[in-house]
Amino acid sequence: MSAMLHQRWELSPSVALRPEPFGALAYHFGNRRLTFLKRPQLVVVVRALAEQPDVRSALAAAGVPAAEWPAYLEALIRLAQGDMIRRADAHEGASV
Amino acid sequence: MTALDSRPRSGSLIEQFEYGLDAPICLTWELTYACNLECAHCLSSSGRRDPRELTTKQCEALIDELQRMQVFYVNIGGGEPTIRPDFWHLLEYAVAHQVGVKFSTNGVRITPERARFLASTDYVDVQVSLDGATAEVNDYVRGPGSYDTALRALGNLADAGFQDAKISVVVTRHNVEQLDEFKALADRFGATLRLTRLRPSGRGAQVWDELHPRSEQQRVLFDWLMVHGDDVLTGDSFFHLAAFGQSLPGLNLCGAGRVVCLIDPIGDVYACPFAIHDEFLAGNVLSDDGFQRIWQTAPLFAKLRSPQAGGACSQCAFFDSCRGGCMAAKFFTGMPLDGPDPECVQGYGESALTADRVIPGAGQNHSKAAATRNEPVMLTLQRREDLSGPPVTACAEDPLAGFDPNASRAHQR
Repeated sequence: MSAMLHQRWELSPSVALRPEPFGALAYHFGNRRLTFLKRPQLVVVVRALAEQPDVRSALAAAGVPAAEWPAYLEALIRLAQGDMIRRADAHEGASV
Repeated sequence: MTALDSRPRSGSLIEQFEYGLDAPICLTWELTYACNLECAHCLSSSGRRDPRELTTKQCEALIDELQRMQVFYVNIGGGEPTIRPDFWHLLEYAVAHQVGVKFSTNGVRITPERARFLASTDYVDVQVSLDGATAEVNDYVRGPGSYDTALRALGNLADAGFQDAKISVVVTRHNVEQLDEFKALADRFGATLRLTRLRPSGRGAQVWDELHPRSEQQRVLFDWLMVHGDDVLTGDSFFHLAAFGQSLPGLNLCGAGRVVCLIDPIGDVYACPFAIHDEFLAGNVLSDDGFQRIWQTAPLFAKLRSPQAGGACSQCAFFDSCRGGCMAAKFFTGMPLDGPDPECVQGYGESALTADRVIPGAGQNHSKAAATRNEPVMLTLQRREDLSGPPVTACAEDPLAGFDPNASRAHQR
């Protein structure tokens, strides 16, 4: 599984999350990109990122069953590509 | 908030959008009906300032509310928004309150100094309107001098180092052949091209028959968008073309009242920027207790967010692609809202246009009472090729009346 699991991530400082019935809208004030988080649970994971030591703990804290982790990681990688989330421990090594 | 208790929690994003969102994604705010130009196809029939226009304080209160609702950006237009004396103040106020601004302008106030200011701000996007890649085509609908004004503004922005301005083009019968030229113009200014659909809204209702692209031109536009679609913006406005068989980039959905709406200069809230008419009026931010309440509880919006019947279109194989097209285009051409789009690329619109229909009157009109020198005169001088001389009346006294030199030469020969 992705190395991301063991890294600490967080919501980018220029991103705001707006709750919506299907999940949330994420808006990046810097690159003006709008992204949709299509599952409420993904929103819980994203919000948990900064509070947890690594992505694995964030997924566990959000109650995502281990079988669904690959799908969630894929979603997180896509968010990382748009700079919606970023490494909180970036100084320790390469991203994604 | 949900529009309906029966709203499904899962489903595609498009389905979710059809049920509406807690706040709009794409909010247009027309700041003023005042305008220095008198474009023939103005969708808000702008010209004169409305005396009930929101005050600076009321505008600030609205921005505060948008911030609370997390409306991340607004599209500011008019009229010409930059001629409101407090425009630059409101721009800074919005940005300072986490409401990004993209504003549309004809360029009249984009001086070198303002361009430098804009280049120094984050979260501000500028969109300069241009409806012809040449002065001849542009000024025909936007009025004399408007091409030069727009190009001067684009030049000022580029010189000031403003990144990625937008050139916003309403595609018409006359400029649809200029798409490559528009693209070259955008490249010249380091700008991005934005193409949108001509709607029969506002004064556009009067010129739509003459200006909307012909059916063969719709195909030209579609093919061009299929090639260049990723490099140009369209505001999702050409989803009716999806019925050609392939979806264009974007949502391909009518967002009216679901993800889109319009606040007009006096605070009236309409379902969409192209539908300024009582039929689509959801409320007023001053008299109805704020924008959020209107967005979340207006009966009109609840109706627009409930499942729509396809009507005559539901029989069509392409209904899933175009969803019946644009509500405003249908309404202002007097066609049934559950029928085909007037520019339906499968040809159902053309037959519907020839049927009996009543074109609704204008919802409001802020056009200038008397024409000014900026008013476009949509006339082209032409010759009748079948006439070789002036008509001859029975009382013509001129000895040369009816004389045709060519005809007589032929006679002599």
